[in-house]
Amino acid sequence: MEAGGIAARATGGFWSDAKVERILGAVACIVLALIVGMIIFVFQKAWPSFAHNGLAWFGSGGDLDLQLEDIFASPANPADYVYTLRAWPLLWGTFAVTAGAVLIGAVFSLLAAIFIVEFAPARVNRVLEPVVRLLAAVPSVVYGLIGILVIVPWVGEHLISLEREESVANVVQLSGACLGVGVVILTVMIVPIMIAIVVDALRAVPRSWTEGAAALGVNRWRVMWTISVHTARPAVVAAAVLSTARALGEAIMLSMVAGSASFAPNPIDGLTFLFEPTRPLASALVENVEGLSVVPFGETLFAFAAVLLVSSMFLSLAGFAAKQSMRKYGVRP
Amino acid sequence: MSLLDRVRPAPRPAGHATPPRDSVRNWPLRDRLGYYAAWGAGLTLVAVAGAIVVYMAYRGIEYFDLGLLFESPNSSLSQAESGGIKDPIIGTALLLVMSTAIAAPLGVTIAVWLTEYGRPKGLARVVESAVEVVAGTPSIVLAMFGLVFFQQQWLGFLTFDAEGGAVLGRSFIAAAAMMSLIALPLVVGATREALNAIPGHIREASYALGKTKAATIRRVLLPAARPGIGTGAALGMGRVAGDTAIVVVLLGATLQILNGADGSIPGLLRGTGSTLTSYVYYNSPAGEGLAPEKAYFAAFCLMIVVIVLNFVVTRIARGRESAWTR
Repeated sequence: MEAGGIAARATGGFWSDAKVERILGAVACIVLALIVGMIIFVFQKAWPSFAHNGLAWFGSGGDLDLQLEDIFASPANPADYVYTLRAWPLLWGTFAVTAGAVLIGAVFSLLAAIFIVEFAPARVNRVLEPVVRLLAAVPSVVYGLIGILVIVPWVGEHLISLEREESVANVVQLSGACLGVGVVILTVMIVPIMIAIVVDALRAVPRSWTEGAAALGVNRWRVMWTISVHTARPAVVAAAVLSTARALGEAIMLSMVAGSASFAPNPIDGLTFLFEPTRPLASALVENVEGLSVVPFGETLFAFAAVLLVSSMFLSLAGFAAKQSMRKYGVRP
Repeated sequence: MSLLDRVRPAPRPAGHATPPRDSVRNWPLRDRLGYYAAWGAGLTLVAVAGAIVVYMAYRGIEYFDLGLLFESPNSSLSQAESGGIKDPIIGTALLLVMSTAIAAPLGVTIAVWLTEYGRPKGLARVVESAVEVVAGTPSIVLAMFGLVFFQQQWLGFLTFDAEGGAVLGRSFIAAAAMMSLIALPLVVGATREALNAIPGHIREASYALGKTKAATIRRVLLPAARPGIGTGAALGMGRVAGDTAIVVVLLGATLQILNGADGSIPGLLRGTGSTLTSYVYYNSPAGEGLAPEKAYFAAFCLMIVVIVLNFVVTRIARGRESAWTR
């Protein structure tokens, strides 16, 4: 009697093995369908904007703000929808802000990670670790608030001289909210993510390797630089890739501090380049989302979203690949 | 100069019996520069973090007013009349609870399926990469998708509707659903890591006692993975509390919590509102309301929420060495 009951529980019953597997698999498939559906939906919505403009969509020409206004005010008849758009200023703004922040952040966080792993006294480390975790958790709107209330006015008063303002007065107005401030704050936002990944990788370098080098009389810096950092190179790449994904999607903070003008900062202007306002794709989405219900305008916004989605998908894949190559050094991805 | 010359210790000064310690002063210039750069980076990090925390604490305490916590916000130009942050706090709490309630069960289910079953293999890889893709997707893209998704007529019962019967697609339910997508990858990742850390012989012992796989998962694996699940959920809550784009787009731009239909709970969930993040955004110079003092205070409260969640993660991680993994 007893044994029969146990056997029945083991093979059948309501929560039988096969059933549980099917239920769990079904839930996973539903979520998968939702995610895939979302990606397809975004591309489908984005298609008209790309189809009307062709490759010129990615080019430059005309005033982007005026083009967006025209699209927003296009007639109600679907045949007369206006789609003309040259998105270059947004793309260039996104690229400039992201690349700047990731390049500065990569160098800085590599040095900081070396410091944490090798040189920092234990007492400093006890402070640093929670600090890094806290910095990673500070919401972007708080960074934006500090940026717009403290840093932007300071830059506007102290770093933008009258001559500088006049030198570009016929193209754009300088107010203090600019590319440079966006890059600096974005760097602060992504550095903790990078540090966490690089520190993990540096710590995972086999001790015998570094000890072997040290036994040959190599000094501590050179051991770190030639053995540990070289071993952890895939982690540095993964860190850069993952934080690029984060930087691309940063919308609120950049729309607060980067100037919110559809203007492509011009590197020819020298240092003034850093003080010119810009607007990345994600910020353009946040600022214009009210117009989503106007069909052609909404489709244009979804085209922006599609560009972001494609880039972040590629970055996810690249990050995944980089993490895979870390595995061979025994680093937990 | 050969490598051996470079690594050879400096010549021993006369009169010293003990070998000299490896001092930074004896290093080649390049190494010294690197050493100082590393110190500089570390100290800069501490300085920047300290400046942010001290500045926010200073501003938060400067404008601290306990009464504001229990007062609803008003749209008013003068800061004296624009009310407090009761509604944003309730909104934040509501969103945290709702999105975790969606993300945690889904995430754990997916993680269990991926680690314990994962058949067919191809499907498992696809699910894995889909979760990876969502983790990298900007939240504003999720928000836009959510807005259009919830604007469909047949989903109108979930969101706030305007008088004409038009579906606005904005409500706590809509926002929480999209927020749960942000938290999902973190829950999945942490749970998988915890499940993978459980040694195989634990599972085998359970099977040897005649337990089915399903029973093993429920009675043995999930309890052992509980700290991991907790870490994932808390990390996810941190992201949800800090996200602004989804709130601005999907929760409507109302400062006060607007009840959807009547005074009931479902009405509340169908209603629109604000959270601390959107409150900060709208009260900064970037939004319409110019109330930096209120924004600082709300940001201070937001920081406290985030720090508490952070603390929870640390505590859970410390207790992570469960009986199984030791």
